[in-house]
Amino acid sequence: MSDHIVKAYDSDLAQLKSMLSEMGGMAEEQLAKAIDALIRRDLKLADSVIAADQLLDAKEIEVEERAVLTIAKRQPMAQDLRNVMVTIRIAADIERIGDLAKNIAKRSHAIYDGIPQRLTKGLERMGQLSQAQLKLVLDAFASSDADKAMDVWRHDEDIDALYNSIFRELLTYMMEDPRMIGACTHLLFATKNIERIGDHATNIAENIYYLVHGYMLKEQRPKNDKTSVTPFSSLNND
Amino acid sequence: MSFKTVFTPAIPAIIAANAPKIVAQDVNVYYGEKSAIKELSITIPDKAVSAFIGPSGCGKSTFLRSINRMNDTIPSCRVTGKIAFDGMDIYDRAVDVVELRARIGMVFQKPNPFPKSIFENVAYGVRIHGLAKDKVDLERIVTESLQRASLWDEVKDRLAHAGTGLSGGQQQRLCIARAIAVNPEVILMDEPCSALDPIATARIEELISDLKQNFCIVIVTHSMQQAARVSDLTAFFHLGTLVEVGDTDAVFTNPQEKRTQDYITGRFG
Repeated sequence: MSDHIVKAYDSDLAQLKSMLSEMGGMAEEQLAKAIDALIRRDLKLADSVIAADQLLDAKEIEVEERAVLTIAKRQPMAQDLRNVMVTIRIAADIERIGDLAKNIAKRSHAIYDGIPQRLTKGLERMGQLSQAQLKLVLDAFASSDADKAMDVWRHDEDIDALYNSIFRELLTYMMEDPRMIGACTHLLFATKNIERIGDHATNIAENIYYLVHGYMLKEQRPKNDKTSVTPFSSLNND
Repeated sequence: MSFKTVFTPAIPAIIAANAPKIVAQDVNVYYGEKSAIKELSITIPDKAVSAFIGPSGCGKSTFLRSINRMNDTIPSCRVTGKIAFDGMDIYDRAVDVVELRARIGMVFQKPNPFPKSIFENVAYGVRIHGLAKDKVDLERIVTESLQRASLWDEVKDRLAHAGTGLSGGQQQRLCIARAIAVNPEVILMDEPCSALDPIATARIEELISDLKQNFCIVIVTHSMQQAARVSDLTAFFHLGTLVEVGDTDAVFTNPQEKRTQDYITGRFG
């Protein structure tokens, strides 16, 4: 897209975009560290994630203020207006991703060292998937690539499917050995957090779609998370 | 000329919903050899505000002025194609131009009250068109017109004072009162607020929203924000062509044409 006649307007928008990219990078790092901390029960790393979350929160406020200022000063129209609105929304999603990562890190404290490694295998896999999704959607934003964003949107189903199977797996462990219930419950919450991070990535993807096309995506996202509608008793019967 | 205007959406909602008041078809306007408007077709809905936007020299004022044949006063100006006003071809030889301009009133960029009293400014057109039965009727029309132009409260105690003694914003509302006194159906406004401060501008914009209940209003404006605020339909002109016409909400959030997008976002070069 060509430049604005007023150059300072271009740099306002460019700055918003780079602030958001920075936020995205911070969230990616937080998520990676949080999952790593939980899997390895690295409490020091976990604490650093917990502490760093406030930086992300502060950054979100900064982005929001900058966006409001841009609206007030430039009265953006059309694509520029969508750009600023979408920036505000994506910043909120990234901030939530940060919160969820922090929550995952916190659970490192609650899981004792002795749990069998196999318990965290699924979570590790799910973590990798969500990190890849987050990276892809942030790339899609950086290049305003709606098709790439839609790839992320469609593939959230994979995270949901994995969450389903981990849910069943962890329940099975709990039934087999009640001493595992504490650790497994925390792992269950951690995987649920990852599943929700995936949802935030799809929100971001929908916003990129709106930014590029100028109208909201009407299609319903394919969902594969059946854990909230499956009765406990039927979980091991199929 | 194979240029095609883009409609956003395909049939703008306001054109679909309201009766057509002015329908232009394949209109070309020339100043001597120079073509100022090329193959322009547009339907302007009744009881709505239509805004013409575009950079200077794009032809928006030329087209506005051809709607009530103001261009007739320019000897070198020639109009081809058809502009229908309630189905009547306004360039038909049988049309009485004076009567046409009473039905299609105009408000200009610079307020231009007559050097007469406030009362006379409004009464003048009513009198020459013989629209008042008697003196009482004339006073009623003047009062009502000033009220409809939201000027009454400010001038009711000094109707005999000179219209030129009012502030710029008041003068412009006086001109609007003068335009609506002869009971027009269409009001054309050529940058009616560009000489006014923001408060006076806001008053005129408020007035425009009131007036659209009863009139078909067409406004040419350089302020995109103003077009976005007051209009239902927006038409973007560039280099004598009508590039894009659409519901104002759609044009300012998601224009289809790159030139429209570049212009409204301040990227035009």
